[in-house]
Amino acid sequence: MNLRVENLNFAYRSGTPVLRDVSLEIAEGRVTGLFGSNGSGKSTLLRCLNGSLRPQLGRVWLGDRDAATLTPREMARLVAVVSQDTPVSLPFTALEVVLLGRYPHGELWQADSPEDVRFARECLERLDAADLSERLFDQLSGGERQRVIVARALAQQAPVMLWDEPASHLDIKHQLELFRLAHAQAAEGRVVVMVCHDLFLAPLFVDHAVLMRAGSAFAAGSTAEVLCPANLSRAFSVNMTLNWPADDSISVSLKNIKSID
Amino acid sequence: MLFLALMAAMALALAVGSVSIPPVNIVRGVLGQLNDDVTGRILFGARLPRVLVAGLVGAALALSGLASQTLFRNPLASPSVIGVSNGAAFGAVAGVLLSARFINVGYGVSTALSVAGGLVVTALVFMLGRRGRYFGHALLLAGIAIAALCSALTTAMLYLAGERLQSIVFWLMGGLWLANWRDVWLVAPITFFGLAAMIIWSRDLNVALLGERSARDLGLDLPRLQRRLLVLIALLASVAVSVSGVIGFIGLIVPHLLRLITGADHRRLVLPTALGGALLLVLADTAARTLASPAEIPVGIFTAVTGAPVFLWLLQKRRPAGGP
Repeated sequence: MNLRVENLNFAYRSGTPVLRDVSLEIAEGRVTGLFGSNGSGKSTLLRCLNGSLRPQLGRVWLGDRDAATLTPREMARLVAVVSQDTPVSLPFTALEVVLLGRYPHGELWQADSPEDVRFARECLERLDAADLSERLFDQLSGGERQRVIVARALAQQAPVMLWDEPASHLDIKHQLELFRLAHAQAAEGRVVVMVCHDLFLAPLFVDHAVLMRAGSAFAAGSTAEVLCPANLSRAFSVNMTLNWPADDSISVSLKNIKSID
Repeated sequence: MLFLALMAAMALALAVGSVSIPPVNIVRGVLGQLNDDVTGRILFGARLPRVLVAGLVGAALALSGLASQTLFRNPLASPSVIGVSNGAAFGAVAGVLLSARFINVGYGVSTALSVAGGLVVTALVFMLGRRGRYFGHALLLAGIAIAALCSALTTAMLYLAGERLQSIVFWLMGGLWLANWRDVWLVAPITFFGLAAMIIWSRDLNVALLGERSARDLGLDLPRLQRRLLVLIALLASVAVSVSGVIGFIGLIVPHLLRLITGADHRRLVLPTALGGALLLVLADTAARTLASPAEIPVGIFTAVTGAPVFLWLLQKRRPAGGP
Protein backbone atom coordinates (compact mmCIF):
# COMPACT_ATOMS: atom_id res chain seq x y z
CA MET A 1 0.00 0.00 0.00
CA ASN A 2 1.35 3.42 -0.90
CA LEU A 3 0.43 6.76 0.59
CA ARG A 4 -0.41 9.71 -1.59
CA VAL A 5 -0.83 13.27 -0.39
CA GLU A 6 -2.55 15.67 -2.79
CA ASN A 7 -2.43 19.46 -2.40
CA LEU A 8 -2.73 19.37 1.36
CA ASN A 9 -3.54 22.69 3.02
CA PHE A 10 -4.00 22.96 6.74
CA ALA A 11 -4.45 25.80 9.23
CA TYR A 12 -5.29 25.64 12.91
CA ARG A 13 -8.20 27.74 14.08
CA SER A 14 -5.98 30.77 14.59
CA GLY A 15 -5.66 31.03 10.83
CA THR A 16 -1.97 30.99 9.89
CA PRO A 17 -1.49 28.21 7.36
CA VAL A 18 0.72 25.41 8.69
CA LEU A 19 0.75 23.31 5.54
CA ARG A 20 0.73 24.92 2.13
CA ASP A 21 -0.10 22.81 -0.87
CA VAL A 22 1.90 19.74 0.12
CA SER A 23 1.89 16.90 -2.41
CA LEU A 24 3.89 13.71 -1.80
CA GLU A 25 4.18 10.11 -2.90
CA ILE A 26 5.17 7.89 0.00
CA ALA A 27 6.05 4.38 -1.09
CA GLU A 28 6.00 1.19 0.92
CA GLY A 29 9.17 -0.75 1.57
CA ARG A 30 11.33 2.23 2.42
CA VAL A 31 11.77 4.67 5.27
CA THR A 32 10.57 8.18 4.48
CA GLY A 33 12.01 10.90 6.68
CA LEU A 34 10.42 14.29 7.23
CA PHE A 35 13.11 16.89 7.95
CA GLY A 36 12.78 20.55 8.71
CA SER A 37 13.16 23.17 11.41
CA ASN A 38 10.82 23.56 14.37
CA GLY A 39 7.39 24.71 13.27
CA SER A 40 7.98 23.81 9.62
CA GLY A 41 4.90 21.57 9.63
CA LYS A 42 6.42 18.07 9.96
CA SER A 43 4.29 16.90 12.87
CA THR A 44 1.15 18.54 11.49
CA LEU A 45 1.69 16.70 8.21
CA LEU A 46 2.07 13.46 10.15
CA ARG A 47 -1.21 14.07 11.99
CA CYS A 48 -2.99 14.73 8.69
CA LEU A 49 -1.73 11.38 7.39
CA ASN A 50 -3.79 9.41 9.93
CA GLY A 51 -6.77 11.70 9.80
CA SER A 52 -6.44 12.99 13.34
CA LEU A 53 -6.22 16.44 11.81
CA ARG A 54 -8.60 17.24 8.96
CA PRO A 55 -7.01 19.33 6.19
CA GLN A 56 -9.07 22.24 4.90
CA LEU A 57 -8.07 21.38 1.36
CA GLY A 58 -6.54 18.38 -0.34
CA ARG A 59 -6.66 14.66 0.19
CA VAL A 60 -4.71 11.83 1.72
CA TRP A 61 -4.96 8.46 0.00
CA LEU A 62 -4.07 5.23 1.79
CA GLY A 63 -3.80 2.91 -1.18
CA ASP A 64 -7.09 3.52 -2.96
CA ARG A 65 -8.96 4.67 0.16
CA ASP A 66 -9.57 8.30 0.94
CA ALA A 67 -8.46 8.93 4.53
CA ALA A 68 -11.41 11.27 5.14
CA THR A 69 -13.88 8.40 4.64
CA LEU A 70 -12.35 6.00 7.19
CA THR A 71 -13.70 5.61 10.73
CA PRO A 72 -11.14 6.05 13.53
CA ARG A 73 -11.17 2.30 14.08
CA GLU A 74 -10.56 1.44 10.42
CA MET A 75 -7.80 4.02 10.42
CA ALA A 76 -6.17 2.50 13.51
CA ARG A 77 -6.02 -0.87 11.79
CA LEU A 78 -4.20 0.70 8.83
CA VAL A 79 -2.00 3.28 10.55
CA ALA A 80 -0.03 3.03 13.81
CA VAL A 81 1.37 6.20 15.34
CA VAL A 82 4.27 6.58 17.73
CA SER A 83 3.47 9.92 19.26
CA GLN A 84 5.19 12.19 21.70
CA ASP A 85 2.32 12.83 24.05
CA THR A 86 1.59 9.67 25.97
CA PRO A 87 0.84 10.73 29.54
CA VAL A 88 3.53 9.78 32.00
CA SER A 89 1.03 9.00 34.75
CA LEU A 90 -0.47 5.87 33.16
CA PRO A 91 -1.30 3.37 35.91
CA PHE A 92 -0.61 0.38 33.63
CA THR A 93 2.31 -2.01 33.42
CA ALA A 94 4.46 -1.88 30.29
CA LEU A 95 2.85 -5.05 28.97
CA GLU A 96 -0.63 -3.61 29.51
CA VAL A 97 0.38 -0.49 27.58
CA VAL A 98 1.59 -2.62 24.68
CA LEU A 99 -1.65 -4.62 24.79
CA LEU A 100 -3.57 -1.38 24.28
CA GLY A 101 -2.15 -1.57 20.76
CA ARG A 102 -4.47 -4.52 20.17
CA TYR A 103 -7.48 -2.30 20.87
CA PRO A 104 -8.51 -1.69 17.23
CA HIS A 105 -8.53 -5.45 16.63
CA GLY A 106 -10.62 -6.46 19.64
CA GLU A 107 -14.26 -6.32 20.58
CA LEU A 108 -15.80 -4.42 23.50
CA TRP A 109 -14.95 -5.85 26.90
CA GLN A 110 -13.35 -9.14 25.86
CA ALA A 111 -10.14 -10.17 27.59
CA ASP A 112 -6.82 -10.23 25.76
CA SER A 113 -6.35 -13.56 24.03
CA PRO A 114 -3.23 -15.61 24.74
CA GLU A 115 -2.10 -14.80 21.17
CA ASP A 116 -2.45 -11.09 21.91
CA VAL A 117 -0.34 -11.44 25.05
CA ARG A 118 2.29 -13.51 23.24
CA PHE A 119 2.44 -11.03 20.41
CA ALA A 120 2.71 -8.08 22.80
CA ARG A 121 5.64 -9.77 24.56
CA GLU A 122 7.28 -10.34 21.17
CA CYS A 123 6.92 -6.64 20.38
CA LEU A 124 8.58 -5.75 23.68
CA GLU A 125 11.39 -8.17 22.88
CA ARG A 126 11.98 -6.54 19.52
CA LEU A 127 12.64 -3.34 21.43
CA ASP A 128 14.97 -4.96 23.89
CA ALA A 129 12.35 -4.27 26.55
CA ALA A 130 11.15 -7.74 27.57
CA ASP A 131 12.43 -7.20 31.10
CA LEU A 132 10.20 -4.14 31.48
CA SER A 133 6.93 -5.98 30.88
CA GLU A 134 5.75 -6.16 34.50
CA ARG A 135 7.08 -2.75 35.52
CA LEU A 136 4.67 0.13 35.99
CA PHE A 137 4.79 2.52 33.06
CA ASP A 138 5.09 5.61 35.21
CA GLN A 139 8.15 4.22 36.94
CA LEU A 140 10.10 3.81 33.71
CA SER A 141 12.73 6.24 32.48
CA GLY A 142 12.00 8.43 29.45
CA GLY A 143 13.90 6.14 27.10
CA GLU A 144 12.26 3.00 28.46
CA ARG A 145 8.83 4.59 28.06
CA GLN A 146 9.64 5.52 24.48
CA ARG A 147 10.54 1.92 23.66
CA VAL A 148 7.29 0.69 25.23
CA ILE A 149 5.32 3.18 23.10
CA VAL A 150 7.07 1.94 19.96
CA ALA A 151 6.24 -1.62 20.98
CA ARG A 152 2.60 -0.60 21.33
CA ALA A 153 2.64 0.74 17.78
CA LEU A 154 4.17 -2.56 16.57
CA ALA A 155 1.40 -4.45 18.36
CA GLN A 156 -1.12 -2.57 16.23
CA GLN A 157 0.14 -4.59 13.21
CA ALA A 158 -0.72 -1.80 10.80
CA PRO A 159 0.71 -1.59 7.28
CA VAL A 160 1.58 2.08 7.84
CA MET A 161 3.72 3.36 10.71
CA LEU A 162 4.04 7.04 11.50
CA TRP A 163 6.84 7.87 13.91
CA ASP A 164 6.96 11.31 15.47
CA GLU A 165 10.57 11.76 16.52
CA PRO A 166 10.83 8.24 17.85
CA ALA A 167 14.47 8.60 18.83
CA SER A 168 14.10 11.44 21.25
CA HIS A 169 14.93 10.49 24.86
CA LEU A 170 16.96 7.52 23.65
CA ASP A 171 20.64 6.93 24.14
CA ILE A 172 22.72 6.31 21.04
CA LYS A 173 22.62 2.52 21.27
CA HIS A 174 18.84 2.47 21.46
CA GLN A 175 18.56 5.16 18.80
CA LEU A 176 20.48 2.94 16.44
CA GLU A 177 18.36 -0.06 17.36
CA LEU A 178 15.24 1.94 16.74
CA PHE A 179 16.36 3.11 13.31
CA ARG A 180 17.31 -0.46 12.41
CA LEU A 181 13.88 -1.55 13.53
CA ALA A 182 12.28 1.10 11.32
CA HIS A 183 14.34 -0.22 8.46
CA ALA A 184 13.27 -3.78 9.16
CA GLN A 185 9.64 -2.67 9.31
CA ALA A 186 9.98 -1.04 5.91
CA ALA A 187 11.73 -4.11 4.53
CA GLU A 188 8.69 -6.16 5.55
CA GLY A 189 6.72 -4.04 3.10
CA ARG A 190 5.32 -1.37 5.42
CA VAL A 191 5.08 2.31 4.81
CA VAL A 192 7.30 3.96 7.44
CA VAL A 193 7.24 7.73 7.84
CA MET A 194 9.47 9.33 10.47
CA VAL A 195 9.63 12.88 11.66
CA CYS A 196 13.37 13.36 12.19
CA HIS A 197 14.86 15.99 14.39
CA ASP A 198 18.47 15.05 14.16
CA LEU A 199 20.74 15.15 11.14
CA PHE A 200 23.49 13.09 12.68
CA LEU A 201 22.07 9.57 12.62
CA ALA A 202 18.65 9.62 11.01
CA PRO A 203 19.78 10.38 7.42
CA LEU A 204 21.70 7.11 7.32
CA PHE A 205 18.50 5.12 7.86
CA VAL A 206 16.20 7.21 5.71
CA ASP A 207 15.77 6.07 2.11
CA HIS A 208 13.61 8.92 0.98
CA ALA A 209 13.84 12.38 2.49
CA VAL A 210 11.30 15.19 2.46
CA LEU A 211 12.57 18.59 3.49
CA MET A 212 10.05 21.09 4.80
CA ARG A 213 10.17 24.80 5.33
CA ALA A 214 7.31 27.07 6.38
CA GLY A 215 4.65 24.50 5.56
CA SER A 216 5.90 23.51 2.14
CA ALA A 217 7.69 20.33 1.18
CA PHE A 218 10.26 22.03 -0.99
CA ALA A 219 12.51 19.06 -1.69
CA ALA A 220 11.84 15.34 -1.88
CA GLY A 221 13.93 12.48 -3.19
CA SER A 222 16.89 10.34 -2.26
CA THR A 223 18.36 11.36 1.07
CA ALA A 224 21.82 12.31 -0.21
CA GLU A 225 20.35 14.56 -2.87
CA VAL A 226 17.77 16.22 -0.71
CA LEU A 227 20.04 16.89 2.26
CA CYS A 228 22.63 18.79 0.20
CA PRO A 229 24.29 21.87 1.71
CA ALA A 230 22.18 24.29 -0.31
CA ASN A 231 18.87 22.71 0.81
CA LEU A 232 20.03 22.37 4.43
CA SER A 233 20.99 26.00 4.58
CA ARG A 234 17.60 26.93 3.12
CA ALA A 235 15.70 24.77 5.62
CA PHE A 236 17.69 25.41 8.80
CA SER A 237 19.63 28.64 8.08
CA VAL A 238 22.79 26.77 9.12
CA ASN A 239 25.77 25.99 6.94
CA MET A 240 26.43 22.31 7.15
CA THR A 241 27.49 19.40 5.01
CA LEU A 242 26.57 15.75 5.37
CA ASN A 243 29.20 13.34 4.07
CA TRP A 244 28.62 9.72 3.17
CA PRO A 245 32.13 8.25 2.93
CA ALA A 246 30.60 4.78 2.68
CA ASP A 247 27.20 3.21 2.37
CA ASP A 248 26.86 2.72 6.12
CA SER A 249 28.67 5.63 7.66
CA ILE A 250 27.98 9.31 7.89
CA SER A 251 29.69 12.44 9.16
CA VAL A 252 28.46 15.95 9.56
CA SER A 253 30.55 19.04 9.24
CA LEU A 254 29.45 22.41 10.47
CA LYS A 255 31.30 25.57 9.56
CA ASN A 256 31.50 28.94 11.28
CA ILE A 257 28.99 27.85 13.87
CA LYS A 258 30.13 30.30 16.53
CA SER A 259 29.70 33.40 14.41
CA ILE A 260 26.35 35.06 13.92
CA ASP A 261 25.51 35.96 10.35
CA MET B 1 -14.42 -13.10 47.33
CA LEU B 2 -15.71 -9.57 47.46
CA PHE B 3 -19.12 -10.93 46.59
CA LEU B 4 -19.05 -13.33 49.54
CA ALA B 5 -17.86 -10.57 51.82
CA LEU B 6 -20.74 -8.42 50.62
CA MET B 7 -23.24 -11.20 51.31
CA ALA B 8 -21.81 -11.71 54.79
CA ALA B 9 -21.89 -7.98 55.49
CA MET B 10 -25.51 -7.76 54.38
CA ALA B 11 -26.46 -10.67 56.61
CA LEU B 12 -24.68 -9.01 59.52
CA ALA B 13 -26.41 -5.73 58.75
CA LEU B 14 -29.79 -7.49 58.80
CA ALA B 15 -29.04 -9.13 62.13
CA VAL B 16 -27.82 -6.25 64.25
CA GLY B 17 -29.69 -3.16 65.33
CA SER B 18 -31.87 -1.93 68.18
CA VAL B 19 -33.54 -5.32 68.01
CA SER B 20 -31.20 -8.21 67.32
CA ILE B 21 -32.55 -10.83 65.01
CA PRO B 22 -31.00 -14.27 65.28
CA PRO B 23 -29.55 -15.62 62.02
CA VAL B 24 -32.01 -18.51 62.05
CA ASN B 25 -34.91 -16.10 61.74
CA ILE B 26 -33.24 -14.23 58.86
CA VAL B 27 -32.88 -17.48 56.95
CA ARG B 28 -36.50 -18.35 57.78
CA GLY B 29 -37.62 -14.90 56.71
CA VAL B 30 -35.85 -15.10 53.38
CA LEU B 31 -37.43 -18.52 52.83
CA GLY B 32 -40.86 -17.10 53.73
CA GLN B 33 -41.30 -19.33 56.76
CA LEU B 34 -41.25 -16.72 59.47
CA ASN B 35 -44.32 -16.66 61.71
CA ASP B 36 -43.27 -13.79 63.96
CA ASP B 37 -44.96 -10.67 62.61
CA VAL B 38 -42.88 -8.05 64.43
CA THR B 39 -39.57 -9.54 63.36
CA GLY B 40 -40.93 -9.81 59.85
CA ARG B 41 -41.82 -6.15 59.75
CA ILE B 42 -38.45 -5.05 61.10
CA LEU B 43 -36.71 -7.33 58.65
CA PHE B 44 -38.63 -6.56 55.47
CA GLY B 45 -40.11 -3.17 56.24
CA ALA B 46 -37.02 -1.48 57.62
CA ARG B 47 -33.76 -3.36 57.54
CA LEU B 48 -33.82 -5.16 54.21
CA PRO B 49 -34.65 -2.08 52.12
CA ARG B 50 -32.09 -0.08 54.08
CA VAL B 51 -29.36 -2.67 53.54
CA LEU B 52 -30.25 -2.93 49.86
CA VAL B 53 -30.23 0.85 49.41
CA ALA B 54 -26.88 1.05 51.22
CA GLY B 55 -25.42 -1.56 48.87
CA LEU B 56 -26.86 0.02 45.74
CA VAL B 57 -25.88 3.57 46.69
CA GLY B 58 -22.39 2.41 47.66
CA ALA B 59 -21.98 0.68 44.31
CA ALA B 60 -23.34 3.70 42.42
CA LEU B 61 -20.99 6.10 44.25
CA ALA B 62 -17.96 3.88 43.69
CA LEU B 63 -18.78 3.42 39.99
CA SER B 64 -19.32 7.13 39.44
CA GLY B 65 -16.03 7.78 41.23
CA LEU B 66 -14.22 5.34 38.96
CA ALA B 67 -15.86 6.89 35.90
CA SER B 68 -14.76 10.38 37.04
CA GLN B 69 -11.20 9.26 37.65
CA THR B 70 -11.01 7.74 34.19
CA LEU B 71 -12.77 10.67 32.52
CA PHE B 72 -10.34 13.19 33.99
CA ARG B 73 -7.38 10.81 33.96
CA ASN B 74 -6.86 11.81 37.54
CA PRO B 75 -6.93 9.22 40.31
CA LEU B 76 -8.12 11.86 42.76
CA ALA B 77 -11.24 12.92 40.89
CA SER B 78 -14.74 12.13 42.11
CA PRO B 79 -18.27 13.07 41.02
CA SER B 80 -18.21 16.06 43.33
CA VAL B 81 -15.49 17.74 41.24
CA ILE B 82 -17.93 18.24 38.39
CA GLY B 83 -20.50 19.60 40.80
CA VAL B 84 -23.01 16.75 40.46
CA SER B 85 -23.29 16.01 44.17
CA ASN B 86 -23.70 19.64 45.15
CA GLY B 87 -26.20 20.20 42.37
CA ALA B 88 -28.24 17.20 43.48
CA ALA B 89 -28.12 18.30 47.13
CA PHE B 90 -29.16 21.78 46.09
CA GLY B 91 -32.10 20.36 44.15
CA ALA B 92 -33.16 18.22 47.09
CA VAL B 93 -32.98 21.08 49.58
CA ALA B 94 -34.91 23.34 47.22
CA GLY B 95 -37.49 20.59 47.03
CA VAL B 96 -37.80 20.41 50.80
CA LEU B 97 -38.30 24.17 51.02
CA LEU B 98 -40.73 24.33 48.15
CA SER B 99 -42.92 21.63 49.55
CA ALA B 100 -42.78 23.41 52.93
CA ARG B 101 -43.76 26.81 51.54
CA PHE B 102 -46.32 25.98 48.95
CA ILE B 103 -47.79 22.58 48.52
CA ASN B 104 -46.89 19.57 50.52
CA VAL B 105 -46.36 17.13 47.71
CA GLY B 106 -43.96 15.30 49.92
CA TYR B 107 -40.80 13.41 49.69
CA GLY B 108 -41.04 12.51 46.00
CA VAL B 109 -40.52 16.13 44.95
CA SER B 110 -37.16 16.30 46.67
CA THR B 111 -36.04 13.12 45.02
CA ALA B 112 -37.08 14.32 41.60
CA LEU B 113 -35.58 17.78 42.07
CA SER B 114 -32.39 16.26 43.36
CA VAL B 115 -31.92 14.09 40.29
CA ALA B 116 -32.85 17.08 38.14
CA GLY B 117 -30.38 19.29 40.02
CA GLY B 118 -27.54 16.85 39.44
CA LEU B 119 -28.32 16.50 35.74
CA VAL B 120 -28.79 20.23 35.14
CA VAL B 121 -25.51 21.07 36.86
CA THR B 122 -23.67 18.47 34.78
CA ALA B 123 -25.18 19.81 31.57
CA LEU B 124 -24.24 23.35 32.59
CA VAL B 125 -20.69 22.36 33.51
CA PHE B 126 -20.33 20.52 30.22
CA MET B 127 -21.54 23.47 28.15
CA LEU B 128 -19.29 25.91 29.99
CA GLY B 129 -16.33 23.58 30.15
CA ARG B 130 -16.11 22.09 26.69
CA ARG B 131 -14.85 25.26 25.08
CA GLY B 132 -11.44 24.82 26.65
CA ARG B 133 -8.52 23.47 24.66
CA TYR B 134 -8.11 20.45 26.91
CA PHE B 135 -11.24 18.52 27.75
CA GLY B 136 -10.41 18.00 31.40
CA HIS B 137 -9.09 21.32 32.62
CA ALA B 138 -11.88 23.68 31.64
CA LEU B 139 -14.48 21.15 32.75
CA LEU B 140 -12.88 20.73 36.17
CA LEU B 141 -12.68 24.46 36.70
CA ALA B 142 -16.29 24.99 35.64
CA GLY B 143 -17.30 22.11 37.91
CA ILE B 144 -15.51 23.53 40.92
CA ALA B 145 -17.03 26.98 40.36
CA ILE B 146 -20.56 25.66 39.98
CA ALA B 147 -20.17 23.28 42.93
CA ALA B 148 -19.15 26.25 45.07
CA LEU B 149 -22.13 28.24 43.81
CA CYS B 150 -24.55 25.40 44.58
CA SER B 151 -23.22 24.83 48.06
CA ALA B 152 -23.38 28.56 48.80
CA LEU B 153 -27.02 28.65 47.66
CA THR B 154 -27.74 25.54 49.71
CA THR B 155 -26.24 27.12 52.80
CA ALA B 156 -28.25 30.27 52.16
CA MET B 157 -31.40 28.18 52.12
CA LEU B 158 -30.61 26.91 55.60
CA TYR B 159 -31.60 30.39 56.81
CA LEU B 160 -34.99 30.00 55.23
CA ALA B 161 -35.44 26.52 56.51
CA GLY B 162 -37.13 27.10 59.86
CA GLU B 163 -38.72 23.95 61.12
CA ARG B 164 -37.54 22.02 58.07
CA LEU B 165 -33.91 22.40 59.10
CA GLN B 166 -33.79 18.80 60.25
CA SER B 167 -34.70 17.33 56.90
CA ILE B 168 -32.36 19.68 55.07
CA VAL B 169 -29.47 18.64 57.23
CA PHE B 170 -30.25 15.09 56.12
CA TRP B 171 -29.27 15.91 52.53
CA LEU B 172 -26.10 17.66 53.57
CA MET B 173 -24.82 15.01 55.92
CA GLY B 174 -26.01 11.95 54.12
CA GLY B 175 -27.95 9.22 55.82
CA LEU B 176 -29.93 6.12 55.06
CA TRP B 177 -32.54 6.18 57.81
CA LEU B 178 -35.28 7.18 55.37
CA ALA B 179 -34.49 4.30 53.02
CA ASN B 180 -37.54 2.44 51.80
CA TRP B 181 -38.56 0.07 49.04
CA ARG B 182 -39.32 2.89 46.61
CA ASP B 183 -35.67 3.96 46.90
CA VAL B 184 -34.56 0.44 46.10
CA TRP B 185 -36.58 0.47 42.87
CA LEU B 186 -35.21 3.90 41.97
CA VAL B 187 -31.52 3.17 42.54
CA ALA B 188 -31.35 -0.46 41.42
CA PRO B 189 -31.99 0.04 37.69
CA ILE B 190 -29.58 2.99 37.44
CA THR B 191 -26.83 1.20 39.35
CA PHE B 192 -27.12 -1.98 37.32
CA PHE B 193 -27.31 0.01 34.11
CA GLY B 194 -24.13 1.88 35.10
CA LEU B 195 -22.37 -1.33 36.00
CA ALA B 196 -23.31 -3.00 32.73
CA ALA B 197 -22.32 0.04 30.68
CA MET B 198 -18.92 0.32 32.32
CA ILE B 199 -18.22 -3.38 31.90
CA ILE B 200 -19.13 -3.14 28.22
CA TRP B 201 -16.95 -0.04 27.80
CA SER B 202 -14.04 -1.37 29.81
CA ARG B 203 -11.58 -1.64 26.90
CA ASP B 204 -12.56 1.84 25.76
CA LEU B 205 -11.99 3.12 29.29
CA ASN B 206 -8.48 1.65 29.27
CA VAL B 207 -7.63 3.41 26.02
CA ALA B 208 -9.21 6.65 27.29
CA LEU B 209 -6.44 6.84 29.89
CA LEU B 210 -3.96 7.49 27.06
CA GLY B 211 -5.43 10.93 26.44
CA GLU B 212 -7.04 12.56 23.45
CA ARG B 213 -4.48 12.06 20.72
CA SER B 214 -3.19 8.59 21.48
CA ALA B 215 -6.74 7.33 22.08
CA ARG B 216 -7.72 8.57 18.66
CA ASP B 217 -4.63 7.04 17.09
CA LEU B 218 -5.84 3.71 18.47
CA GLY B 219 -9.28 4.20 16.95
CA LEU B 220 -11.32 5.31 19.97
CA ASP B 221 -13.86 8.08 19.52
CA LEU B 222 -12.88 9.68 22.82
CA PRO B 223 -15.21 12.71 22.78
CA ARG B 224 -18.20 10.38 22.40
CA LEU B 225 -17.03 8.21 25.31
CA GLN B 226 -16.45 11.34 27.40
CA ARG B 227 -20.00 12.56 26.80
CA ARG B 228 -21.42 9.15 27.69
CA LEU B 229 -19.33 8.95 30.85
CA LEU B 230 -20.45 12.39 31.89
CA VAL B 231 -24.11 11.40 31.56
CA LEU B 232 -23.44 8.19 33.45
CA ILE B 233 -21.63 9.96 36.30
CA ALA B 234 -24.46 12.48 36.53
CA LEU B 235 -27.11 9.75 36.65
CA LEU B 236 -25.33 7.57 39.19
CA ALA B 237 -24.28 10.37 41.51
CA SER B 238 -27.51 12.34 41.47
CA VAL B 239 -29.70 9.27 42.00
CA ALA B 240 -27.45 8.24 44.88
CA VAL B 241 -27.68 11.70 46.45
CA SER B 242 -31.43 11.79 45.91
CA VAL B 243 -32.00 8.85 48.23
CA SER B 244 -29.17 9.20 50.70
CA GLY B 245 -27.91 12.77 50.70
CA VAL B 246 -24.26 13.57 50.13
CA ILE B 247 -22.09 10.65 51.23
CA GLY B 248 -18.48 11.46 50.58
CA PHE B 249 -15.27 9.55 50.08
CA ILE B 250 -16.74 6.27 48.82
CA GLY B 251 -16.47 7.43 45.21
CA LEU B 252 -12.96 8.66 45.85
CA ILE B 253 -11.47 5.83 47.85
CA VAL B 254 -12.99 2.57 46.64
CA PRO B 255 -11.69 2.69 43.05
CA HIS B 256 -8.35 3.89 44.31
CA LEU B 257 -7.97 1.08 46.84
CA LEU B 258 -9.03 -1.59 44.38
CA ARG B 259 -6.68 -0.26 41.72
CA LEU B 260 -3.85 -1.05 44.12
CA ILE B 261 -5.06 -4.65 44.24
CA THR B 262 -6.36 -5.46 40.76
CA GLY B 263 -4.34 -3.02 38.66
CA ALA B 264 -5.86 -0.34 36.48
CA ASP B 265 -7.29 -2.54 33.71
CA HIS B 266 -11.01 -1.71 33.75
CA ARG B 267 -11.88 -5.24 32.70
CA ARG B 268 -10.72 -6.35 36.15
CA LEU B 269 -11.60 -3.17 38.02
CA VAL B 270 -15.23 -2.28 37.31
CA LEU B 271 -17.05 -5.15 39.01
CA PRO B 272 -14.84 -5.21 42.14
CA THR B 273 -15.32 -1.45 42.42
CA ALA B 274 -19.10 -1.84 42.46
CA LEU B 275 -18.94 -4.69 45.00
CA GLY B 276 -16.37 -2.86 47.12
CA GLY B 277 -18.48 0.30 47.21
CA ALA B 278 -21.53 -1.73 48.23
CA LEU B 279 -19.59 -3.57 50.91
CA LEU B 280 -18.09 -0.41 52.34
CA LEU B 281 -21.37 1.48 52.58
CA VAL B 282 -23.28 -1.50 54.06
CA LEU B 283 -20.60 -1.82 56.74
CA ALA B 284 -20.41 1.93 57.32
CA ASP B 285 -24.18 2.20 57.65
CA THR B 286 -24.35 -0.75 60.02
CA ALA B 287 -21.65 0.81 62.16
CA ALA B 288 -23.31 4.22 61.95
CA ARG B 289 -26.62 2.94 63.31
CA THR B 290 -25.26 0.55 65.95
CA LEU B 291 -22.16 2.18 67.45
CA ALA B 292 -24.09 4.92 69.24
CA SER B 293 -27.34 2.97 69.50
CA PRO B 294 -30.12 3.95 70.04
CA ALA B 295 -28.89 7.21 68.48
CA GLU B 296 -27.57 7.19 64.94
CA ILE B 297 -24.45 8.76 63.49
CA PRO B 298 -25.27 10.07 59.99
CA VAL B 299 -23.40 7.73 57.67
CA GLY B 300 -22.04 10.67 55.65
CA ILE B 301 -20.23 11.90 58.72
CA PHE B 302 -19.07 8.38 59.42
CA THR B 303 -17.60 7.84 55.95
CA ALA B 304 -15.94 11.25 56.02
CA VAL B 305 -14.39 10.71 59.43
CA THR B 306 -13.07 7.27 58.51
CA GLY B 307 -12.47 8.09 54.84
CA ALA B 308 -10.38 11.23 55.22
CA PRO B 309 -7.51 9.50 57.06
CA VAL B 310 -7.51 6.65 54.53
CA PHE B 311 -7.42 9.16 51.73
CA LEU B 312 -4.52 11.05 53.29
CA TRP B 313 -2.71 7.76 53.76
CA LEU B 314 -3.20 6.98 50.06
CA LEU B 315 -1.85 10.42 49.17
CA GLN B 316 1.26 9.73 51.20
CA LYS B 317 1.69 6.39 49.53
CA ARG B 318 1.46 7.75 45.99
CA ARG B 319 4.66 7.35 44.09
CA PRO B 320 6.36 10.67 43.41
CA ALA B 321 6.61 9.78 39.71
CA GLY B 322 2.91 9.04 39.42
CA GLY B 323 1.50 12.48 39.94
CA PRO B 324 -0.04 14.60 37.25
